[in-house]
Amino acid sequence: MTPTAYEQHWSSAFERLEEQRSGEPAWLHAARKGAMVRFVELGFPSRQLEDWRYTNVAPIAKTPFRSAAAPERAPSLPDPEHLPVPLGHDRRLVFVNGRPSPELSSLAGLEPRARVESLARVLTADPGRIEAYLGRLAAPEEQAFVALNTAFLADGALVHLPRDATLDEPIYLAFLSHPGAEASATHPRVLVVAEPGSRASVVEVYVSLAEGVHFTNAVTEIFVGENAQLEHVKLQCEDDAAFHVGTIQARQERASRFVSYSLSFGAALTRTDVNVLLAAEGAECVLNGLYVGTGNQHVDHHTRIDHARPQGTSRELYKGILDGSARGVFNGRIVVRPDAQKTDARQKNDNLLLAPGADVNTKPVLEIHADDVKCSHGSTVGHLDEDALFYLRSRGLPERQARGLLTRGFATGVTREIADPLLRAAVERLVVKRLAATPAGGRTA
Amino acid sequence: MSGAGTSMLEIRDLHARTAEREILRGIDLVVRPGEVHAVMGPNASGKSTLAHVLAGKPSYQVTRGEVRFEGSDLLALSPEERACRGVFLAFQYPVEIPGVSNLYFLKAALNAVRTHRGEPELDAVEFLTLAREKMKLVHMDEELMNRAVNEGFSGGEKKRNEILQMAILDPKLAVLDETDSGLDIDALKIVAEGVNALRHPARSMVVITHYQRLLEYVVPDMVHVLAGGRIVRSGGKQLAHELEEKGYGWVEQEAQTATR
Repeated sequence: MTPTAYEQHWSSAFERLEEQRSGEPAWLHAARKGAMVRFVELGFPSRQLEDWRYTNVAPIAKTPFRSAAAPERAPSLPDPEHLPVPLGHDRRLVFVNGRPSPELSSLAGLEPRARVESLARVLTADPGRIEAYLGRLAAPEEQAFVALNTAFLADGALVHLPRDATLDEPIYLAFLSHPGAEASATHPRVLVVAEPGSRASVVEVYVSLAEGVHFTNAVTEIFVGENAQLEHVKLQCEDDAAFHVGTIQARQERASRFVSYSLSFGAALTRTDVNVLLAAEGAECVLNGLYVGTGNQHVDHHTRIDHARPQGTSRELYKGILDGSARGVFNGRIVVRPDAQKTDARQKNDNLLLAPGADVNTKPVLEIHADDVKCSHGSTVGHLDEDALFYLRSRGLPERQARGLLTRGFATGVTREIADPLLRAAVERLVVKRLAATPAGGRTA
Repeated sequence: MSGAGTSMLEIRDLHARTAEREILRGIDLVVRPGEVHAVMGPNASGKSTLAHVLAGKPSYQVTRGEVRFEGSDLLALSPEERACRGVFLAFQYPVEIPGVSNLYFLKAALNAVRTHRGEPELDAVEFLTLAREKMKLVHMDEELMNRAVNEGFSGGEKKRNEILQMAILDPKLAVLDETDSGLDIDALKIVAEGVNALRHPARSMVVITHYQRLLEYVVPDMVHVLAGGRIVRSGGKQLAHELEEKGYGWVEQEAQTATR
């Protein structure tokens, strides 16, 4: 395939970067270079590809994004009123336009053996420590956006949990974007290595500090060691003019437990892929998702749970709330390989349409190659229950409030299990806030 | 309106229908403050429709007649305005609301009503104190308050939850739609005690029931028989006993003869 001007734009940007970058390990340089070549070969995904049938990335391809510049002034955190998420935690690593911000970060009281640091710093000081992990799960060969992220890999976060360590408070990785006059892009990379027996919660937050067009193309790789228990939350609430593509790749070892949340509220167009490989016996995986779309937002989730070994369990629940002219896409694939006997997999996708113009395409897929398994899947698309609405109104609640209460109740099925109570409350508020902002949220009586 | 001061509820020639068919075909009923009126009738006579029309369910359309509540036009009001002014419907089939705690729902409802009345909202502690006191009325387990509204409640628990809501919202007019249905005798007694405790000279009740059983515990001032969308007979509490003995066939026949 000949590259179009759209791919060429990134290729030229890569060349310019080559001149500036020096001192990175040879293996990383080779990987980045290979990824750039692969990106140009693959090109931006077209809607002819089954995985991109309902999501048109032309608005991203056509925009000549520049690498996000460091903000002119040292940024300060906006008042909490403006921040939808509790960054006030002690354990947070904050990035602004892709660069770590020591001023806004704090790692006070972190378990001393645990490492939470900037990837760039590790790549400079001690790259050997992550060579066996970085780039080993994410697949630039097949996924154009992963290739693009890898080609431009410069910084991001490393979370390394030592063997048997238990972290009682979540670690926040906050990626803040401060778009300027020109459309800008960042390619954050996150690497989480949970050594055997460790337990922790990692929360990735994506927020815009100002209005404006920007593109976040994130990749997260997660290694969950034997008997480790990891909760990973991704909360995306970027500006309505933003584009967000994110890929989460996780690999689970024996008897590990991985709980994932993808919570998507912002951006004009967002696409999140969550791919989990249950690579050893007795692994347990929980994928939860909540997406709220209003106005003209487009929000797409593709998940893949790959049961490769016996006695794995997976539970998946994704819920979508779509208002205005928003469009949702859910594609959930569960693969049970021949070796994965006694797999127990359940998947559900429920969607609530709040306006006649809202729409969703939902497609659960089971691919079963073993015979002794329990698998179920299902999806629903519905409206607010009129009887429930009347019940609440008959008790004095105004229609708007009643609709809000029912909608929040719908979301609770996903949010109630979030481990951190502060985060849970923030997410519940966010649901109400996003929907209250659009007039279509409450049809008047 | 001095003349209206004597009646709580005044229904004149009320006709109502669903998209499919006409159900109420000319109801007349006057309820004064403090009175308890029983509305009895066979299945499909229009009892539940009457209850839902009074509460303002949008799927019913009133085609003729009027309903005055404390002298003003009830049918012009939204369901929530009716509730705020003091109309309460205890549902025959209380709705389950996943993800919304019973306590939160009740507090939100009470505060909506209080705001409408110009009273300050209750905070969490004040509300809990009030709720605990009212829960005793219907022997309500506190555990049920932290569960989602009606979710996983037994039939009896749902009905008690309705009466609890009524006790907390303190309405002027309560319409009880087959509150006795599906209850065993012990549950029925608890619910009836709760209802009786809420009888008050300033509060009126319309008790809709298929059977006379509930009326042994909640003794009405008047009994009306609804058949074919009209009230075909009205009388004192002895009418309920008569119906129990003779069945509904008797009044239905009589009504048909009268129309001829």
